[in-house]
Amino acid sequence: MQQRLTHGEAAALGEVYDRFASLVHSLAHRVLDDEDAADRVTREVFAYVWEHPDSYDPKQGTLRSWVAAVTRHQAVQRLRQTEAASARDGGSEAPEPAEIEQKIHEASTAARADYIVTSMPAPLRAALELAYFQRRDYRQTAADLGVTEDEARRRLRLGLQLLSTARTHQALPPAHRAAHPAPTARAPHAPRGPRPPHSPYTGPGASAPPGPGHGRSL
Amino acid sequence: MNGPDEWDGRELSDSPGERPRIPSPRSAPEDRGPLPDPAPLPVAEPDGPAGTSPAPETGDGTEPPVAPVIIPAPAGAPPHRILKSLLGAWALAACSAEETAAVEAHLTDYASCADEALRLREAVGLLHPADSLDLDPLLRSRVLELCLGRRPARIPVPEWATPYDAETAKLDALLRDMGPAEWRAPVRLRWFEGERPVERETTVAGVMGHLMAVDGLVATALGLTDPLGTAAPPGAPDPLIRTETFWRAADEKQSPLATHAPWRDQSSALIRQVSFAGTKVAELAVPYGDFRLPLRDSFLDRAFECWVHAGDIAEAVDYPYEPPAAAHLHQLVDLAARLLPSALADRRRAGLAAPPQRLVEAGAPGRTLHLEVEGNGGGHWYIALDSPAALGTPEHTVAHIALDSAEFCQLAAGHISPEEAAAGQLGERDAIRDVLFATASLSRL
Repeated sequence: MQQRLTHGEAAALGEVYDRFASLVHSLAHRVLDDEDAADRVTREVFAYVWEHPDSYDPKQGTLRSWVAAVTRHQAVQRLRQTEAASARDGGSEAPEPAEIEQKIHEASTAARADYIVTSMPAPLRAALELAYFQRRDYRQTAADLGVTEDEARRRLRLGLQLLSTARTHQALPPAHRAAHPAPTARAPHAPRGPRPPHSPYTGPGASAPPGPGHGRSL
Repeated sequence: MNGPDEWDGRELSDSPGERPRIPSPRSAPEDRGPLPDPAPLPVAEPDGPAGTSPAPETGDGTEPPVAPVIIPAPAGAPPHRILKSLLGAWALAACSAEETAAVEAHLTDYASCADEALRLREAVGLLHPADSLDLDPLLRSRVLELCLGRRPARIPVPEWATPYDAETAKLDALLRDMGPAEWRAPVRLRWFEGERPVERETTVAGVMGHLMAVDGLVATALGLTDPLGTAAPPGAPDPLIRTETFWRAADEKQSPLATHAPWRDQSSALIRQVSFAGTKVAELAVPYGDFRLPLRDSFLDRAFECWVHAGDIAEAVDYPYEPPAAAHLHQLVDLAARLLPSALADRRRAGLAAPPQRLVEAGAPGRTLHLEVEGNGGGHWYIALDSPAALGTPEHTVAHIALDSAEFCQLAAGHISPEEAAAGQLGERDAIRDVLFATASLSRL
């Protein structure tokens, strides 16, 4: 698929859209909680995928995980911009930068968690679905799934362990750039602490590439 | 059994004695869950018995940990291995009261388990019901337009294949939202034969088989595999015969969803094939039983059929369904308008339409009907009435029909009868009647 995109095959772009559009849109919506903004991010994500198919490295993960990482970067970037804009306009009511940062962190974590849930092995997802959304206890979950109680406990625990990695990821780059949508493109900033696994988004605006991030959430 | 330890590389060695941090219970997936709250955690409360005060219901499960009352592990508590395996179920409040008590007693003694318990309970707060938001079906074309504007395709999808690309993608998205029961939903297919409407009962799965079998005509014309395989009927390819063959060959025991993937694979392969072949194949003749269409028109025809039958499916399962984008709809209406002179000639041969009033030389202007299609994808067409070879021109207009594009397409699909079509009419009544009936006669199974 990457080759077909690189070759400039429009049919491949359509197929990539059909495969990932609902993932991209739902992740963007989780971060931004706004239909129009999620639509815009969806457009930008596919434009990035189409314009920069080479920045996907198959060694780093699946195409799906890469598309999810690009989406999270784009969506968080947009959230930063809208939060910064509303902070500027908010006067004394404006939230503190730390509050904004917390909100962005939470939104980014939520999107990562959603991705983990959609990507985890189906048996784990089914167990979590029963125990959490259907409120079955683990014995009922075991019976529903036709597995031993040991296995049901194992799946619930493993599923949550996978999900908890959404929190252990480093936060996305700090807000200082987005607060001043700089005209100079790609001024790199040093990430605080170790480099995040999804490489930081150094572009100034939504149209800039989000960097070669590869989602290896699992 | 495989213990959870097998996957857990993050744990520290158990170190008893450290004060555990125990998160409060998870919140309900929805604010007012149908079931009672999960068993509360023991909370330090000197005046009441531990474990009876309800824990605060919170929205996100991220509040600071609550210090537990240290209660002794019940006699005969399960072994460490079992308690550890219960941590996930405990975090989800999905174990018994006794197990909950045993796990919580254990957590006071084992810091690493308490750490994991906290981590897992925080993870529960990240569970979120899946969005049921439907993607705007028109978002796809907006996305593709933006992308191709920024980086033009080296291998574009031909203009005449883009409605088929869009309509198959839209139907694919609808199908992905449907479960097995919906695939078995009855669908009434309606079309027009001669002077009267006919209909046929099938299921959603049957409609998809029909689309795949007839798309297969185009596929085989392009040298792709015939979806009917060895069951393909001999002789001139005919959409009806192919469909019935496919229905007969369908395995009753097969999942009704079984046609989804092969149909989608075939439609993707068709789009890809014509992208590479490009203009070279645009005029390739595709046989449809007693007539042929150039490949470019057969792609429009297949897009129209895909839309119409997707509408049948959506109606059967009570989903909303959007018409094609205006630019695509215009191409589909244009194909119908271009087919009208031959359809008129066919009806004349069958004695169903008035004979031509005069003979017109090929390419010369003749009596004309002005077809005005209003709204989304509409436009003006000048239909030659005398013969398919004649030229329709505004100067020779003898009649004028005005109708909405949705109405026109419903008529061309055979979903409404020519008498019922809400059309503004002016001029020769026979010409108008003939053209409306000819439009309905474009429909088929």
